[in-house]
Amino acid sequence: MGKKKTPAINSSSTADIAFLLLCYFLMTTTMGSQTGLSRRLPPMPDPNQKVEDQKVNRRNIIVVKINSADRLLAGNEPMDISLLKDKVKEFFSNPMDDPNLPEKKMTDIEGYGQYPVSQGVISLQNDRGTSYHAYIAVQNELVKAVNELRDEFSNRNYGKPFSRLTEEQQEIVKKAIPQNISEAEPKDVSKR
Amino acid sequence: MSKFGGSNSKKDVPGISSGSLSDIVFMLLFFFMVTTQMRETENKVIVKMPEASEVTKLERKDLSSYINIGTPTRQYQGQYGTDARIQLNDSFKTTEDIRDFIAAERESLSEADRQFMTTVIRADEDVRMGIITDVKQELRRCSALKIMYMARKAEN
Repeated sequence: MGKKKTPAINSSSTADIAFLLLCYFLMTTTMGSQTGLSRRLPPMPDPNQKVEDQKVNRRNIIVVKINSADRLLAGNEPMDISLLKDKVKEFFSNPMDDPNLPEKKMTDIEGYGQYPVSQGVISLQNDRGTSYHAYIAVQNELVKAVNELRDEFSNRNYGKPFSRLTEEQQEIVKKAIPQNISEAEPKDVSKR
Repeated sequence: MSKFGGSNSKKDVPGISSGSLSDIVFMLLFFFMVTTQMRETENKVIVKMPEASEVTKLERKDLSSYINIGTPTRQYQGQYGTDARIQLNDSFKTTEDIRDFIAAERESLSEADRQFMTTVIRADEDVRMGIITDVKQELRRCSALKIMYMARKAEN
């Protein structure tokens, strides 16, 4: 009977090895939810092309300016940031068909039908001295206004908020209420 | 000794087997390996992102390139000062270098994915807009038009 039992390998240290690996991954990786505000920049105008003034009707534009002291000017009146959202919502929806607010154009939206789409454009201008913090806060308010209008539209037509619509329905809502934010050519706001 | 032991019988408590401990730790390890991603570059600028409530998630992380803007960290302040600087990849750059950076990033993507390339602007909240406007103008010149201002989700 020359059979000996092989002694069991002590496995308690594998936990330590796994902990070392775990620590390595904890140090070298980043937890991944990266969030932010998506924007599309306008393409650079072609220098060879002669400057054609984009004839946008005065009533269709709201100019939002932020100066170097982070003060806000929306449509020629100074404004607190908390009021900006309602101003923009009113500007886009134009419930009373006010001649000073943007016109609406009957547009045929695929899968929905005719809908008066607002032609309004927000022109956002900032100074070189504006803080990034204020700029993002204003951008956020503008997006919030559009998102709320989209929610109202989808609640009216589909009975649920925008985020719970199907992808096709979301496309329809996006066409009906576009997010027209133009980040204009940089201008020196401080000087006249 | 009788079967129904006396009061003085001390039994040994069996040792807890630690063999499964490693399985638990491995499970943790796999969780972190799946949910996190490798940090590619070392941050040389301090970035405290601004807060926003209407943020959306970045859809394709592999298609995004990062432009960091902020004050250099303590160890680089002696060399580069405390003014806001641009960091591309692993080094301090100026706005003129963005063109090369974008070209290189674009080159590294497959042809079908190039149109979806997003440039993520990771800027500190105290940075002035002047430097960001310069970056934006340069990006427009390189026709890298899809951008994202990185922001934290505000708690409310």
